[in-house]
Order: sequence, then C-alpha cells, then structure tokens
Amino acid sequence: MNFLRKSLDELKKPFGKGQKLEKFAPAINAFDTFLFVPNHTTKKGAHIRDAVDLKRTMVTVIIALLPALIYGIYNTGYQYYAQTGEPFTFLEAFIHGSWKIVPMIIVSYVVGLSIEFGFAVYRGHEVNEGYLVTGLLIPMIMPVDIPLWMVAVSTAFAVLIAKEAFGGTGMNILNPALTARAFAFFAYPTYMSGNKVWVSEASNVDAISGETILGTLAAGGDVNYSMFEMFQGAIPGSIAETSTLWVAVGALILILTGVGSWRIITGGIVGAAVMGFLFNLWGANALMSFSWMNHLVVGGFAFGIVFMATDPVSGAQTNKGKWIYGVLVGIFCIMIRVFNPAYPEGVMLAILLMNVFAPTIDHYVINGNIKKRKKRWAVAQELKSA
Amino acid sequence: MDIIKGIRTRRGAKLNIKGTAEKILSKAISTPTYALKPDDFFGTTPKLLVKEGAEVITGDPVFFSKQDPRIKIVSPVSGIIKEIVRGPKRKIEKIIIEANQNKEVRSHEVANWETLGRDALIALLLESGNWPFLQQRPYGTLAHPDETPKAIFVSTLDTSPLAVDHAFLLTNNHENFQQGINVLNKLVDQAVFLGVDANFSAPFEKVENVQCYTIAGPHPAGNLSFHIQELSPINMGDRVWTVNPEDVVNLGRFITEGVFSAQRTVAFAGNALKAPKYFPTTIGVELAPMIEEVETTQSGVRLINGDVLSGKTTSTQGYLGYYNNLVSVIPEGNTYRMFGWLPFKDNSILSLSNTSFSRLFNKSGFEIDTNLNGEERALVVTGEMEKVFPLDLYPMQLLKACMIEDIEKMEALGIYEVVPEDFGLIDYANTSKIEAQEIIRKGIELMINEVG
Repeated sequence: MNFLRKSLDELKKPFGKGQKLEKFAPAINAFDTFLFVPNHTTKKGAHIRDAVDLKRTMVTVIIALLPALIYGIYNTGYQYYAQTGEPFTFLEAFIHGSWKIVPMIIVSYVVGLSIEFGFAVYRGHEVNEGYLVTGLLIPMIMPVDIPLWMVAVSTAFAVLIAKEAFGGTGMNILNPALTARAFAFFAYPTYMSGNKVWVSEASNVDAISGETILGTLAAGGDVNYSMFEMFQGAIPGSIAETSTLWVAVGALILILTGVGSWRIITGGIVGAAVMGFLFNLWGANALMSFSWMNHLVVGGFAFGIVFMATDPVSGAQTNKGKWIYGVLVGIFCIMIRVFNPAYPEGVMLAILLMNVFAPTIDHYVINGNIKKRKKRWAVAQELKSA
Repeated sequence: MDIIKGIRTRRGAKLNIKGTAEKILSKAISTPTYALKPDDFFGTTPKLLVKEGAEVITGDPVFFSKQDPRIKIVSPVSGIIKEIVRGPKRKIEKIIIEANQNKEVRSHEVANWETLGRDALIALLLESGNWPFLQQRPYGTLAHPDETPKAIFVSTLDTSPLAVDHAFLLTNNHENFQQGINVLNKLVDQAVFLGVDANFSAPFEKVENVQCYTIAGPHPAGNLSFHIQELSPINMGDRVWTVNPEDVVNLGRFITEGVFSAQRTVAFAGNALKAPKYFPTTIGVELAPMIEEVETTQSGVRLINGDVLSGKTTSTQGYLGYYNNLVSVIPEGNTYRMFGWLPFKDNSILSLSNTSFSRLFNKSGFEIDTNLNGEERALVVTGEMEKVFPLDLYPMQLLKACMIEDIEKMEALGIYEVVPEDFGLIDYANTSKIEAQEIIRKGIELMINEVG
C-alpha cells in the first residue's frame, strides 16, 4: 500500500499547484481518490467528520442496483433462449446477456464520464460521483436491442442538456438517466416500442415475439403470464426493470442504509395501488381492469419508484414534500398507463413530470414554515403595540 | 424551584467519543502569560487602550469596541502588556499580558448595587469590564447596552461532545451564581430562564428568581437556540441575551466584591490526552503548562478552544478563549485510507450514517481524528440535515439562502433564530462535506452589515 501511495504521489507531481498540468488535476484526483480516501483534514467548521461521503453513498446505490442488473443480464439470455426453443443452461443465458449488456454499460460510462471529466477540468472542480450511478442506470432501463450508438447519443444528451447545462451535479431539474431514456424514446420511437425490441435478437429471429405485458394490454391483448412470473421477472421488458423481486432487494438495501428515501418509495406504492384500485372499480378497458396488484409488479414502476424517483437531486427535498411527490408519481404512473395507449409504460413520464413539480411542492411545504414564523412575528407586533 | 416546562427533542445525535474529562479539579498551575483575543467577540472591532510595555492591573481596560466605545474588555490579571500580535492588514490577533506579582486590583463601588437603577447598573457593568459576559441573540454578538432583552437565557446543560459538566463547575459557587442571577433580573424585561438537565441534581434546586426548564435529548438539545425557540422565540426586532453559567458566577462575584472576576474552570478533554481533567484557572490563560500536566499521547494533535464541532483551532502555544470552558485535544488525521469509501469499511470511524456498522460495534466510545473522510462535493443527499437539527426551520434551505445572500429569504427562513454552532452537527454529518457553520457565519455577518 505504501509503495502504491508513493508511486501515486510521484505520478501526481506534475498536476500540483503551479505545475504544468495543474488544470488537469481534477482528472488525476478522481483516480487517486478512487484508490485512497485523501489525507485532507478539517480546516474550518467542525473538526471531526462523519465517515460517509458522496462516494460511499453512490457506491451504496450501485450495490443496491446489482441484484436487478445481474437478474436483468440473466433474463436477457433467458428470454432469448426460451423463445427460440434452444436448450440452455443458466450460464449460457448469463453469457448471452453479458454479451449484449456489458458493451452498453461500457459505452454509457465512457461517454458520460468523458463529458463529466471534461466539465470538471473546464470548471475547475472535482469530478462528482453522481455519474457512477447514472451511468449504470442508463443501460439498465434501455431495451436490450437498442444500438450502441443510440446509447451513446442518449447519454451525451442527458449529461450535457439535463445535467451540465443546469450547472452540474446537484443542480439538475430532471433525473439524467430518465432523460436519456426519454430522449431515446422520443428520438428513436421505432427502437423503443413495439414487439421487436424487448427480447434479444427479436428482430432477427422470427420465432421471437417479445411484447411487454403493458404493451399487450394497451393493444387489447391477453396476458399469458402469472402474477408470480411478473413478480419474479422472467418477462420481456427493459433490461433490468422486469424483476420486482430483485428491485425489492435493492429497495431494502437503499432503505436500510438510509440512502434512498423510504418516504418516496412508500408514497409511490400507496399512490399507485390506490389509483390502480380506483381504475379496477371503473374497469372500462383491459388496462383499467388489470388488477392493481399486477400494476405494481409489471413494467418499470418498481424500478422507477425505487431507483429513479428517489434521486435526491431531482426529487422533493423536504420530508413532507417527499410523501406528496411519491404519492403523485404513483398516481400519475398508473394514470398515464391507463389513459394513454401510446405510452403503455407511464412511470418514466410520471417521474419526469414530478421532477419538474418537485421544487413547487417543496416551495409550498417550506412556505408553511415561513408563514408560521411570520404569523408569530405579527402576533408579537400586536402584543407590543397593545 | 418550579419547572415551568420540559423541552425535549429526538433530532440530533450523541457522539460517543473517548476522552471525557474526569471530574477531578486539579490544583491551580501558575502560568506566566495570558492573552485577550478580539476574535472571541463576534462582530466586535477592537480599539486598543494600551501600548506594548504598559502596566495593567486586574480590571484595567485593554481595548474597547469600535461598535460601542462603552464596551470595554479588561485585563484578567495584573501584569505588563508583553506583545500585541497583529495579523494580515494589521488586524489585532491577540494582546499578550505577562503576569506579575502585583496584587493590586481595580475596585468598584458595589455595596449599594441593589438600589441602583437599571441604567446605573448597566453603566457599572460596562465600566468594570463585565459587559462582554452578556451576549445577544440574534447573531450571537455582544449585547447592546441600550436595548432591553425580553429574556435572558442561561443553560447549564452542555450536550456537545466531551462537554463539561456545569453542575460540577458550579459546585462551590452557588452564592455567587444566585447573585449573578439577581443582577441579570435587573436587566431583563420579562424573565431570566435557567435550563437544567432533565435528570438534574442538587446544585440548581435552590436557585431563585429564575424560570427553570428542563432539557432532554441528544446534541444539540443543549444549544440555547433550541431553548429560545421553544420558550421565547425571537421575532424580528426582538432581543434575547445569553450568559454562560460560569460568567453568571463571575458577575455575582463582581457584584459582591467589586472586583472584575475572570474565573474560568477549564476541562482538558479528548482522545489525544492521557489524563483528561479540570483545572481552575483564568480567562485567557496560556495552555502549554496545563497541556504538559494532562500529557498528550502522541505528536500531531489539534488543540481546540471549545468542543470538536464548533470550537476554534489553537496550538500548544495558544491561549484559552474568552468564553471556553473546554479545550479539546484530538489527533490530527492526515492519513490515507485505501478504498475507504467502500460502504461498511473502516467501522472504527464514528458515523451517523447507516452505510457503516460503527454504531453497532463500538459501544465504549470512539477514537476520533480530524480527517475530512472525503472531499467537498455538490449538495446531493437530502434529509440528513433535518435529522440532526432540532429547530423548527429548514436548515438546508436556510444554508442555500445564505449562499446566494438573499436577505429576505434568510429572514423568512429563520436566520434570527440560529448561530453558527447550531450547524456544528450538520458540518459533521453531511455527506457533501459542506461547511455549514462557515456559511451561516457569513450569512449572519451579512445581516449585521445590511440590516443591523
């Protein structure tokens, strides 16, 4: 360790203050702090600090994403082999999935991190860790057969327009990963909907017809999957959103570590369940009479509410606001599913919509506190003059 | 004594740190030099009254406040002005006084103080150098002699890490404490409030002329901002004064004996000390002789005037702050940790976050150091500040309002109700390593300049 530390210090010398490469210090620091938590001590304010930092927080989110990702990789292979009818083993399915998905992850990280590093050097701040999560989320919510160049373009759009244009990490209004997906969805609609994109190689192999459950319902078809299959996730869909089971494991990790807001997650589930139940009572079409319990386990709802809606930057920031925000995401998700057959999956649009309204929700919550204070002032003023 | 109210909170955190001072009052140690540091008086610009080499006796004014020339800071000891240390832009950093054996003191006529009117009493306190014991809210500056506070708060519970036990400090000072309370009663509009621990014991039972309330909960439950908001909230234009418990004793002793009393009982505590304990000493004392007595366990330690969350850094050549009852001594943490950012790694580091097992495993107290445990980042995580902040206001939004210097918003969000130290735990706990206390201090300075 000492040797490594010394070589790193040697390597960093040209990036030091007043040296030739000083401008590029954020880039080398990003690698250095990945290996070592730096030896910085407190200079002002509290003299001691918590062990938690943004890296640790973001890595916790990545750990929470892993179960869903690994299942998603397996499911990609499973869907392919199950539909072509070839016999396969778990390992073969996993290898097929990795062959599809690992390149997407690499593309997303390379494109996104290059832009992040560029902006860090340009603006002269350290590289923020937020993209470690965004960069993994982007491929996880794409259809498996999306061309890599589309992943690259969507990623670049999301990082540039949704994030850096607003001032970088912590300043963005919209969730960057969802923005990437929305961009791909609206820019390349043929690659993002229909029945040929959700299962690996569906467009090349005739035997495969990979319609998602919500897509089937929107088209007025019948669903051939049991609720357990939907919950466990062996269904067509975007890469890592299909398994509610493994998303729930991730949710548990997020909630137990306190990294994800349990208020948003609970609020979202309650909102969606209530909305689904009301539509069940109404029951005017196939999607309306689709059981509210099934609504919770199909499509990207679970993944969205656990990993996307809980993004602390684009979500509501006050505790009361988080409840309201969560419930509304749930309500709008089901509402969009039911009312708009062009977008059989409503969670993406529901979250993006609420991202936009989150500051408004917070504004009213905080205003409650401000009003209380002003009222106290007014009462005191009256007492004084009386 | 009746308890008028019990205030409690669950928001906050008790940081279980090794090295609390043992309740042993060591014998007094003779110290050659003392120093007054103008920076200890927030919002006060010093104007010197003495030159290097001048002789002063206990109670002689050393400098006065440019903001109000009536406010004088007097010498805690008799001696010779050894050095006036100046920093950048000739700013006065400290005035060092070398003590001599001169037993002369400056006395004041106090026999008939109870018959004095409020104005005469204030004039006496100003002239005798007792005024700096009175601090005001909002802002945490020195009290303004022309204003009448609606309430005066004294809290005898300190919940900060390694905190001193005020009950122990006041053990033999009950009479002076009561006298000090009596003095405060003549200055206040409504009432003097005395905060005591919910499981309080003997020393405070007999205090009279106070509205007594109990406090329960983790740090920062002991902070006065919280008590004031619960009992006598500050509205725009309101003034509330605060006094440290031992300064109440100093006021009481002055009013009895007529001589400026600069008594300071100091705890030396922290996990870098071999024998943390209390010393009876004087305001502004030099720290080195006592540090020698308590012995540091290693080189590379940080000395802090005050607690580890909101104190000021000093050094082994440094001097005790004007208001501090605690000197914390902890190891510097300038070391690297390989892959230290992995969740659940390095559980020996105290963490309030659930991304560490630290609180599960270590019940006996933590070794702490000054490592930042990361680097400053953009504000991302939400909700963590509210968890350690008992006041009824939104800390993150107030911080943001201070950052953008939006005075109207700062007012609306409650800047009048806070002082920087209330954000000490937020400094500690926040993931992005934001310097919350610094931001609030700057915000308050802005308010003083723009609104007053």
